[in-house]
Order: sequence, then structure tokens, then C-alpha cells
Amino acid sequence: MDLKELYRDVILDHNRHPRNFGRIEPADGRAEGHNPLCGDRLSVFVVLDGERVADIRFEGRGCAISTASASLMTEAVKGKDRTAIRALFDKVHALLTHPDAAPDGALGKLAALAGVREFPVRVKCASLCWHTLNAALEHGAATISTE
Amino acid sequence: MAANLSLAAPPPFDAERVRRDFPILDTMVNGHPLVYLDSAASSQRPLPVLRAVEDYETHSHANVHRGVHALSQAATAAYEGARERIRRFINARSTREIIFVRGTTEGINLIAQAYARPRLRAGDEILISALEHHANIVPWQMVCEQTGCTLKVAPINRRGELLLEEFLKLLNPRTRLVAMAHVSNALGTVLPVKRIIEAAQSFGAVVLIDGAQAVPHSRVDVRALGADFYTFSGHKLYGPTGIGVLYGREELLAAMPPWQGGGDMILTVSFEKTTYNELPWKFEAGTPNMSGAVGLAAAMDYVESLGVEAIAAHEQRLLQLATAELARLPQIEIIGSAAHKASVLSFTMKGVHPHDLGTILDAEGVAVRTGHHCAMPVMTFFGLPATARASFGCYNTERDVASLVQALGKAREVFA
Ligand SMILES: Cc1ncc(COP(=O)(O)O)c(C=O)c1O
Repeated sequence: MDLKELYRDVILDHNRHPRNFGRIEPADGRAEGHNPLCGDRLSVFVVLDGERVADIRFEGRGCAISTASASLMTEAVKGKDRTAIRALFDKVHALLTHPDAAPDGALGKLAALAGVREFPVRVKCASLCWHTLNAALEHGAATISTE
Repeated sequence: MAANLSLAAPPPFDAERVRRDFPILDTMVNGHPLVYLDSAASSQRPLPVLRAVEDYETHSHANVHRGVHALSQAATAAYEGARERIRRFINARSTREIIFVRGTTEGINLIAQAYARPRLRAGDEILISALEHHANIVPWQMVCEQTGCTLKVAPINRRGELLLEEFLKLLNPRTRLVAMAHVSNALGTVLPVKRIIEAAQSFGAVVLIDGAQAVPHSRVDVRALGADFYTFSGHKLYGPTGIGVLYGREELLAAMPPWQGGGDMILTVSFEKTTYNELPWKFEAGTPNMSGAVGLAAAMDYVESLGVEAIAAHEQRLLQLATAELARLPQIEIIGSAAHKASVLSFTMKGVHPHDLGTILDAEGVAVRTGHHCAMPVMTFFGLPATARASFGCYNTERDVASLVQALGKAREVFA
């Protein structure tokens, strides 16, 4: 179990200085995510241009993994369309849960989350923002929970 | 001679010897010897408890109260013997006042459904404190939904102490039931339960004390307290999971309808009319947790062999040491600084979320609880999503406190 693998510099940086942090009002889609295990809450706001996410922000408080994952996600999905975002989520999910999935080149900075899979109780921290984004894209407004 | 003996100082508490009774403490965690600081969530079990359970399972198990055969008699004797052991431990008047339940949660739900629900009406009030565990909030909210009565909450201050004056002001003739923790699991605050009970009863209210965190750290005498109901869990008292105790004053229990129906809680059953069993079995429908009861009785023997007061004094020393050590770390904020605390140290570290802290401490072999501790309203009061909580038991040592401090230093390095 290697803490350095979990808390890589990219993660620590995005935790300390989260990108795209804040609200968008009005937003075309927004959802709130909640991880009851640790009390983490985050909201995701999206502005759509057709199928494409033109702008995205998130807000909330959570552990370093959940904050950094949300920050990295907003950078990665901005400008992408729904199909590309879904494909990216699948790759992130595989990275977080498959014991030896080699990081896909398409992941870019998101590959920094690879260390999380060594810490199964923390996987939900990293995936919360993605589930929340999904909800914001699918339902327009929703609250989702990791439990 | 006798006079000389009583003058001699009590032998110092030998936590190192105590540790040898707990085989699980030899576990290696992530390459480090386990430092177990999560006894408030669940304590570990000593060999005498493990052996008592094994002995029961190996030599005495059959169903209770049902057979004339030898093993059924042995099982019944073991189970009812455990009840008597528990009666003595909390100084109840009679074993009719000792109901076996799964744990504190079930004890509270039993009172909510069998005492409160049939009696309370719209306009009646249930009074709890802002320090309660969810187990002492949600069952009352359910009763409020079911009966139309109202839940009132006595506030706390920034130190995490109950505001007694505010509590007293909330008492009124409509207050039918007061339910309070004896010791807060999230902050360690010890509540002035004797005072609470006297004041509530002077208004005609019945009082339930949630003793889950109190019984492991102090001598509880339900009669001296004057509690109407008192409930606790075996697994926080070095006993097994799935067993707990609900104490109730006999007059109150006798006047209550049964909670669950089934075998063991009846005397006769016909399709026209069923007569219920006597106390305490009226509230124990179905085959009970015999091995759990036996294990809990053994845990009480164990705790008394060490001395409840001696354990409490030892834990107080550790709590004070840990409090002083953590107070010296500039990034640490201690949450809950009540004048009277037991065994629990809740804290946060600046710039490090409790969940990350928990992972980093675990990598060092240090087990603490992180999260809301099933007391979300307490977290909300302090404006926190969560805290880290170290809690102490009879087997913890100064070395464990040092390991905690060292692991916190590691967290600071990772998040430097
Ligand atoms: C104060 C308090 N009340 C109630 C409970 C619930 O106990 P159990 O889960 O054993 O039923 C706990 C345990 O976490 C507690 O600390």
C-alpha cells in the first residue's frame, strides 16, 4: 500500500487548487452528489451547446480524492459531447476498479487516479463526481448518492 | 492487617498485561503493528470472552426454554445465568427487568414502539439532546410520524456540552419521554444524566438513557441513577456483537404491550386468544442469541476482574495525554472540549480531510474512525462534514498515543 501512489502530485495540486470551482447559474443541468460514508457533497453544473458540454463547474467539499477527481473531470470533459464523456467515464471506471488495467492514453491527467484502486474504500470518493455529472446530463437536476 | 491493605495504593493498571488477553492486537496492518483506537465503534474481545462463547457452543448449545433434554437445560441455564450476571453488573432489582436485545439500537426501538407509540398523542413531546447518535433520533422521529407527537432537541454549546438550563426550560407537562445519551459517541461528552432524570421525572416524563458509550467507561448503577430505561450494546463492552441489554423498571415493562410476536414470548396460543409470557420473556420473541448473552456475561466478568474504575482511570490518563499531545500540533483542532469527557477524542487537521487522514493513519497501522460517527446533527452544529475520532479502551497504552501523533506527522508530510 503506497500512499505516494494514491496522493500523487497531480491529485494534491488539484485538491489544493481545484479547477472550475464554483457555480453556474442558470445552468442547463445540475446535480448534487452525496457520499454518506464520509459526508462528502458536491454539485456539478453544466452548460450545454447541443450535445456538447460548453462549460462545467463543481462546488462542494470533500476529501482530496473526491475534490481532485472532480477538478480533473471538469478539465477533461469541457468541450466534449455526451458520447465522448460516457466513453471517458467507462475508462475512468475501469482504471479505478480493474486491478491491472493499463491506463488508457485517452485518460490524460485522469490517469493520476490509478492509485485509488489500491484503496477500495476510496473508489467511491473518486467516482462520485462522475455519477453526479451523469445525473446532471441525464436528468437536468437530481440528487444522487453513492450508497 | 485489613487496615494496612486498604491503605496500600491500588496496583498500577497493567495495560501491557491486558493486551495479552486480546489476540487480535497482534495483527499487522500494512506492515505495522495494529494500533487500535476505534473502541467506541466496537471494542475487541478478550480470550475469556472468546472462550466462553466457544465453550457454550461446544458443550451447552440447544434451544432454550423448550426442551426437557440435558442440552436444552444447559443452554437455558447458561442464558438465564447470563441475565443474572447482567442484572448484577448494572444493579437492577430483578432479572425481570433485563431484556436481551440485539444492541442499543434495538433497545431504543423497542421502547419507541412498545412504550411511546401506544401512549403518545399529538401535542405530546419527546425530548432528546443535540448530541445524540442517529439510533437515538430516528426511532423517535418514527414515533412522531406515527402518533403526531413532537420531537424537541436540547441544544449544546461550542464545547459540546448540553446546555442544562435550556434543557430544563424545554421540560414541561407535555414532555412524555426524554431520551439522552449518557456519553456522546461523537465527542465523548459525559452528560449529567442523574440530574436530567430527576428533572424529567419531576414533570412526569419517562427517561431512556442510551448507555452505549457509558457502560464501558464507568460503573453504571441503574437504580442509583433512577433511570426508567437504560440500554447498551455488548460489542462496545468487550463482548460479542448482536447482543445488548435493555433495562426497564418492572412496572413500566409490565404495563407495556409486547413488541414482536412469536415463540418464547407467549404462554398459550390459540386462534381465539394468546396469552403473553411473563417478563422478561414477553419482549424476547423467537430464539435468542444465547452465545452472545454468554459472551456478554463473560465480558462483564472480565471488566470487573480489571476493575471498572481502574479501566476508567487508565482511559482518562490516555485521553488527557492524547489531548495534550494533539493540542500541541498547530494543524489539529480538537472538537469537543467538555469539562467531563470519556475516552473519545474527536479532531480535524487543517488542510486534510478526515477521510484522507483515515487512509493515511491506516497506512501506518493506526485505526481511527473518520466520518460523521452516526451523529450528523453534531457535525452540522460544528460546521464540519466529518471528524477523525480516536477512542481508548482498556488495552490502549501511551505507545498507542505516540503512534497516533507520529502518524499525524506523516499526514502532514503527505499534504505538506
Ligand atoms: C451513543 C450510541 N448510541 C447508540 C449506538 C448504536 O449501537 P448499536 O449499533 O450497537 O446498536 C452507538 C454505537 O455506535 C452509540 O455510540
